[in-house]
Amino acid sequence: MTSTGINSLRNGPDEEGRFGLYGGRFVAETLMPLILDLEAHYRAAKVDPAYLDEIKTLATHYTGRPSPLYFAERLTNHLGGAKVWLKREELNHTGSHKINNCLGQILLAKRMGKTRIIAETGAGQHGVATATVCAKFDLPCTIFMGATDVERQKPNVLRMKMLGAEVRPVTAGAGTLKDAMNEALRDWVTNVDTTYYLIGTAAGPHPYPEMVRDFQSVIGTELKQQFQEAEGKLPEAVVACVGGGSNAIGTFHAFLDDPEVKLYGAEAGGHGIDTENGHAASMTGGRPGVLHGNRTYLLQDSDGQILEGHSISAGLDYPGVGPEHAFLHDSKRVTYAPITDKEALDAFQLLTRTEGIIPALESAHGLAQVMKIAPAMGKDTSIVLCLSGRGDKDVESVGNYLGLL
Amino acid sequence: MSRIEKRFAECKAAGRPALVTYVMAGDPDLATSQAIMEALPQAGSDIIEFGMPFSDPMADGVAIQLGGQRALAAGMTLRGVLGMVEDFRRKDETTPIVLMGYYNPIYSFGVDRFLAAAKEAGVDGLIIVDLPPEEDAELCIPALRAGINFIRLTTPTTDDRRLPAVLKNTSGFVYYVSMTGITGAAIKSRAAVGEAVARIKSHTDLPVAVGFGIKTAEDAAEIGRHSDGIVVGTVLVEAVAGSLVDGKASDRTVAAVRDLVASLAGGVKRARG
Repeated sequence: MTSTGINSLRNGPDEEGRFGLYGGRFVAETLMPLILDLEAHYRAAKVDPAYLDEIKTLATHYTGRPSPLYFAERLTNHLGGAKVWLKREELNHTGSHKINNCLGQILLAKRMGKTRIIAETGAGQHGVATATVCAKFDLPCTIFMGATDVERQKPNVLRMKMLGAEVRPVTAGAGTLKDAMNEALRDWVTNVDTTYYLIGTAAGPHPYPEMVRDFQSVIGTELKQQFQEAEGKLPEAVVACVGGGSNAIGTFHAFLDDPEVKLYGAEAGGHGIDTENGHAASMTGGRPGVLHGNRTYLLQDSDGQILEGHSISAGLDYPGVGPEHAFLHDSKRVTYAPITDKEALDAFQLLTRTEGIIPALESAHGLAQVMKIAPAMGKDTSIVLCLSGRGDKDVESVGNYLGLL
Repeated sequence: MSRIEKRFAECKAAGRPALVTYVMAGDPDLATSQAIMEALPQAGSDIIEFGMPFSDPMADGVAIQLGGQRALAAGMTLRGVLGMVEDFRRKDETTPIVLMGYYNPIYSFGVDRFLAAAKEAGVDGLIIVDLPPEEDAELCIPALRAGINFIRLTTPTTDDRRLPAVLKNTSGFVYYVSMTGITGAAIKSRAAVGEAVARIKSHTDLPVAVGFGIKTAEDAAEIGRHSDGIVVGTVLVEAVAGSLVDGKASDRTVAAVRDLVASLAGGVKRARG
């Protein structure tokens, strides 16, 4: 841990779960006692060496941490500027960063005596990670997934089913992540006594944004140390994709108080930021509002109705963003920029062909941002991308876009 | 005395619980919805809960979700809801109106601007599902200052330790949600409802109305025995849905709601009989 002085950007949230204006606990009364209970359990767990040891042991022997920091030489030469590094979260067990959070939360659910797990998923990465830890810890689980996403992420649906999860397709709305989250909240409010809601991103009511960030912060903490060992300094820039924003906050958090490190979040620009309801870039194209338990930037119409948004990537196709990102956007510590579907597809292909690494479409958004800024940076500088997930799940839909099928 | 207090006092004097009816503003279209609203008092509704449609009603079951979608598809907005209340008030000065919904459309409209417009239109109370006491500074306190009641939901998970905090800034009445779940689910234990109402009443002098799971005149009579009011919503929104022809209002739409409310009103009259 670096110092967290009074002016540190790493002090949030406050006791009310706020990051400045954002965050909070905007939930129905039925859930309120539960959320307070969850917070109390998390506070106790956080300082319990046995709990922290168990997470560490699982991270090492089950997930495969630390994930490597890899110098992408051919990609660097291709872009012709800064050295490009990849933090290889896609090599984790289950294929993405999501497992970091799932292990932390399932151990908490166990401590709380919960007997059933529910979760929402967009691309299916969080659903797979949840189904995985539920298999390992012998807890029944139900995964809510938008019907559109069930269709475009079939391999992950199969994996979840094989792991023993019940996958419930949600047909409301556009059948994407937002609708899955509504349905998970409805289930939770109905089964409060037995059920633990394992939220997959750093959003939702307090304490979820803080808790998920803490579990994902291992990414940035490792990265900082690995980079120091490799280059003897801090990187000049760090990039991550942002949907709800769990891999991004996990990557950025260790660097928030290092102003010399530029931080970039790649939002889903879809068909382009000027296309109405054609993107999912909530910070670039939205305004503050309240949804799913927190105040944050949201895509919404003039009446405050939430828009569905669009992204080629099911994992970024969400009209909101975690509240800490909203705060970091206002404070300008992090630069959030939209990446279009097309730019993400180009990046997907570039990494596949230059490095032999097939990235998740979500992570390809981050790479597209790297492609925009690395060429203008000096050859003695470095830029690190959090490669949050692998692209096995996307080969069919990308194949369709490219006309290969 | 506010319209809400006055109405509960009148029902108490008449020896029966109040019938609180929920309908979705703008469902299935503005004109039909206005006609439904205006038919409610005569059919026996004591208090109108008027749903403000929202794209993401996290605490509602399918029936009310669909009602909200119909209203939004027909062009209803928060401004439109206030306009309907204003029209209603020109003909009815006494029936209390409570707006029920979610916070974002109000936040988007602007809290102060909304409260001024709601007061002006003749709104008496607010029920905002996603604003627990922890977020009272957002809307509850400003609403009370503006002279609008803020009605809170209490649930089976609201224990004795938490109840005082929940009741602290509640006014008008207390809405006891009879189960953990979403609107439209089936009620599990009527005896438990009676005990819960008694528990709440040991903490407050406010009237307690019970909702979630009341579908028939018999339910109304039975639950009404233990409470100062009963809230009926899902079946009324389902009555609207069931009357539609090709998704549009038919000549049976207003009557379907009116007849059901009349039957429920018979139920509340038998509650203490």
